[in-house]
Amino acid sequence: MTGAAALGVAGLLDPRQSMADATKLQTVKSPLSTTGLTPTSYKDITSYNNFYEFGVEKDNPAQNAGKMRTRPWKVTIDGLVKQKKTVSIEELLSFKPIEERVYRHRCVEAWSMVIPWAGYSLSELINWAEPLPKAKYVQFLTLEDASVMPGLREINLNWPYSEGLRMDEAMHPLTLLTFGLYGEVLPNQDGAPVRIVIPWKYGFKSAKSIVKIHFTADQPSTAWNDMAPREYGFYSNVNPNVDHPRWSQKSERRIGAPIFSQRQPTLMFNGYGDQVASLYNGMDLKKYF
Amino acid sequence: MNKRAIVALKFAVWLVCLAPLALLVYHGFTNDLGPDPTATVTHATGFATLRLLVISLAVTPLRRLSPRLAWLVRFRRLLGLFAFFYGCLHLLTYLWLYSGFNVAAMIDDIGKRRYIMAGMTAWLLLVPLAATSTKWSIRKLGGKRWQALHRLAYVSGISGVVHYWWIVKSGVRTPITITLVLAVLLLARVVWSVRQRVSRQAGVVTAS
Repeated sequence: MTGAAALGVAGLLDPRQSMADATKLQTVKSPLSTTGLTPTSYKDITSYNNFYEFGVEKDNPAQNAGKMRTRPWKVTIDGLVKQKKTVSIEELLSFKPIEERVYRHRCVEAWSMVIPWAGYSLSELINWAEPLPKAKYVQFLTLEDASVMPGLREINLNWPYSEGLRMDEAMHPLTLLTFGLYGEVLPNQDGAPVRIVIPWKYGFKSAKSIVKIHFTADQPSTAWNDMAPREYGFYSNVNPNVDHPRWSQKSERRIGAPIFSQRQPTLMFNGYGDQVASLYNGMDLKKYF
Repeated sequence: MNKRAIVALKFAVWLVCLAPLALLVYHGFTNDLGPDPTATVTHATGFATLRLLVISLAVTPLRRLSPRLAWLVRFRRLLGLFAFFYGCLHLLTYLWLYSGFNVAAMIDDIGKRRYIMAGMTAWLLLVPLAATSTKWSIRKLGGKRWQALHRLAYVSGISGVVHYWWIVKSGVRTPITITLVLAVLLLARVVWSVRQRVSRQAGVVTAS
């Protein structure tokens, strides 16, 4: 990608791009996929969601998110970067091959899924964005549109929804810029048209329906951490040894499993410790929870 | 209200009170408890407990609105016992599905988590009420003492609502409806007792 403008033109001329509204994505297999797990059903992944912009009940996003328009869609990349850029969703989709990545997904509420996401490593986009050496954090901002998001009035989070990562976390190959699941474009309730997925962190860290990626020198303020800093840390790595003040994180309920076999032990870093534990060497994970 | 109407109504109340359980059992057998069956059962039994408790607490204030509503009191025990029944099922979901009957883990959990403490308090307060729900208990305790004891139902309701607020995420306001209903019922009680006291004092003055 030499520049957004050039890509934009290419996107317009490429006949395949007129298929942008089609639901299928061409995906390639990835060695970074978690193996040996049965993915949660498409139905459960797309009907049991936390996306508070569309309401607090698990079925609200599937009921209400349909009104959000995901085309046209632009993502602004700004802050501490060489040059501010705006890219369209078509440009993002055609930038790199889309990989299928099967990841465990662990919600801070102690339920979990196994999801075959589709996307490519966020590091690819960050390299292209050329952040300045001063940039130590990256912030993600979700669309804020009260005309299609009834939850904005219902819940007092600081909207727009903000999440953030330290630069080394954002650059980790597991951190996925995500466009689809089960080989299809994301349904709106799962964060269409583009979201991030950080499989070793609680789900709320993985911002949905992103409109802005902002590079900063200081730790950005993030929605749930602002709301209740004792309950939701900036890092929020999945950790069975650090309880949420109100509930245990030692185990989790697997979504879609029969009632008496739902409960499973929660794994350190959600099972991705071999790949990511070194990011936190020397850090007290009870303090930086 | 005549006897036949009361019997028919009691039958209807039984059906309505059993409906949440019947639905759970039906969905359990048809494998249709939703993506998170543990949560489905927990929420359904919790809601049933709190709603029935609040409905049972509404009987007395409603009855005071008009002497013609006196028959409502004949449903209070039934509603209260059903609230206790669902409270027991709700507690069972915690003991079984969340703790796997692991006593050590439970003690650790209860000590650490205020929402569990509030929920346990709400349930424990209902135990003596269920135990003294018979006519025999009223006679044995005497009307006044029995009545005083059964005001614990309000404390239980408040604990239940606090339990609800403490388990939802900060910023979520779904428990507001049941909280307001309970607050109105409490306020109605306070207003009633103040008016009683004032009219009694007025009575004393005129007598002397």
